[in-house]
Amino acid sequence: MANMNLYSRGDRIFVWMNMFLVGVFTLSTLYPFIYIAAISLSTGFEARAGNVVLTPVDLTFAAYEYVVAQPEFWRSYLNTFIYTIGGTLMSLAFIIPGAYALSRPRLYGRRFWNLMVAFTMWFNAGLIPFFLNMRDLGLLDSYFGIIIGFAVNGFNVILMRNFFEGIPSSFEEAARMDGANEFQVLWKVYVPLAKPAIATIALFCIVSRWNGFFWAMVLLQDQQKVPLQVYLRHTIATLSDDQEFSDTLFTQAYSVETVTAAIIVCSIIPVLLIYPFLQKYFNKGIMLGGVKE
Amino acid sequence: MTDSAGHKSRFEQPSRVERIVDTLKRDWQLYLMLAPLVIWLLLFLYKPMYGLQVAFKDYSIFRGVANSPWIGFEHFETLFGNDQFLRALRNTVIISFWTLLIGFPVPILLALMFNEIINHTFKKWTQTIVYLPHFISSVIIAGIVITAFSPSAGIVNTVIGWFGFEPVYFLTRAEWFRPIFIGTGIWQEAGFQSIVYLAAIAGVSPTLYESAVVDGASRWQMMWKITIPSIMPTIIIMLIIRIGNILEVSFEMIILLYQPATYETADVVNTFIYRQGIQAGQYDFAAAAGLFNAVIAFVLVISANALSRRYSNTSLW
Repeated sequence: MANMNLYSRGDRIFVWMNMFLVGVFTLSTLYPFIYIAAISLSTGFEARAGNVVLTPVDLTFAAYEYVVAQPEFWRSYLNTFIYTIGGTLMSLAFIIPGAYALSRPRLYGRRFWNLMVAFTMWFNAGLIPFFLNMRDLGLLDSYFGIIIGFAVNGFNVILMRNFFEGIPSSFEEAARMDGANEFQVLWKVYVPLAKPAIATIALFCIVSRWNGFFWAMVLLQDQQKVPLQVYLRHTIATLSDDQEFSDTLFTQAYSVETVTAAIIVCSIIPVLLIYPFLQKYFNKGIMLGGVKE
Repeated sequence: MTDSAGHKSRFEQPSRVERIVDTLKRDWQLYLMLAPLVIWLLLFLYKPMYGLQVAFKDYSIFRGVANSPWIGFEHFETLFGNDQFLRALRNTVIISFWTLLIGFPVPILLALMFNEIINHTFKKWTQTIVYLPHFISSVIIAGIVITAFSPSAGIVNTVIGWFGFEPVYFLTRAEWFRPIFIGTGIWQEAGFQSIVYLAAIAGVSPTLYESAVVDGASRWQMMWKITIPSIMPTIIIMLIIRIGNILEVSFEMIILLYQPATYETADVVNTFIYRQGIQAGQYDFAAAAGLFNAVIAFVLVISANALSRRYSNTSLW
């Protein structure tokens, strides 16, 4: 398919038309991010006046200076790291051994255990019973509650199980001949072989933890414990009503819009840093696990 | 009956209990690995299902789930006499319907378009970029939407101004909520959802295309006659999944974008449950709304699956 000259004229028009449309879609995906970055680097006055379209007007870092001077910003940033790292490790600790056991054909009651996982993908009790349960377990307003309460996701377990099932049993047999127990088989043979699948699931966990908002908002009352997303939401919602803030507005180079944009940029940056490294895995990971069955 | 080596004869089947004891002895390590997962599921997903009974109870925090008195279907009766609930139900169906109608074909179209790109670098870069919004939190997306649609500073009103129109307070206008919400959803997820179809396209046998080339087919014809029919099963499966989730409007985004002025068109069942239950503390009443939602969703997915199995031989189970 490499040689364009092989194509008829109609094919060439089709190919170029197609590239053009994909290009337009891609630019429309990219533009809002560029726009927000430009707002965050403009002065409050220019942003307010609607003069920012593509590039910063009257370049200034004032909004960033305001953001990094807020202790709550750093506190919530740190909290997000705690929830992301703790939550992802917790998820892997539950999912990897569990999925390995589920993938072994000799596991007694295997159909039942698998059904137990799959059922949660189709039916869950919903908001209120989940909330009441967290409260009854004493997990409101606690770091641990957020970390453990969302550790397992049925889809991730099935993805991991399917991957383990795809590994030829000769690997396990060889390791067992050498006297390895189940834990050694999993840790020394299966985990190294399953790296792409583990990376995929880790990526899903990291992303959902980093972005987690609703339950953090509902379960955490203590503002010292809230993650970045809740802080961001709170800031967007209250900044424009903040009397102190609007009083300083006319003497400062920042505004509600530029500060909001600056916090948005700050919270996207870590995602952008980690994204290229893990992106190469998830295409493969989804094809491996998702389409099967 | 035992033979000389002490083994039971094959005519004497071990009892169920003995089999379980044997397998426990042999595979105790596997069960040890499985146990945390099963305990987690029981504690965090199955125990709340038991707690669903509050939908049929006059729930009191002090008495707890088990000891609160039963009241039957009273909450459900109240629910169907509640204008706000009926409005939320109607909004859920309308938003889901349009999201499905407009949002479902877009990722398929995108996947087909990506598949027709020959330039490898261009393909890689565009794909990487359109997946990106999926990984950005709804709070940030909502922040971007609020900024972009703001009446004074927003780019949308700036552009409208270029054409000589008055600025519109989009997010306070009920008639604008749905287009903005649905458009945002497509913008955010269409790219990432195309992965599934790209995976399906990757699985199409190359020999089909080779023989089509020999027959002189154009790229357009190959797309219509080979690619689309080949990924039809995937399309149908995704459609079943989407129909099953039709009442699961992504309420996080709605909570972030709506305000009392737009409840008229924006309030859905899940946001209604959030306000009635968690904010107002009417747990039992809100749980009833949640149960109604879940049962309808369950029925929808089972019916969609059954219809698909009958008419297209493709199904989820």
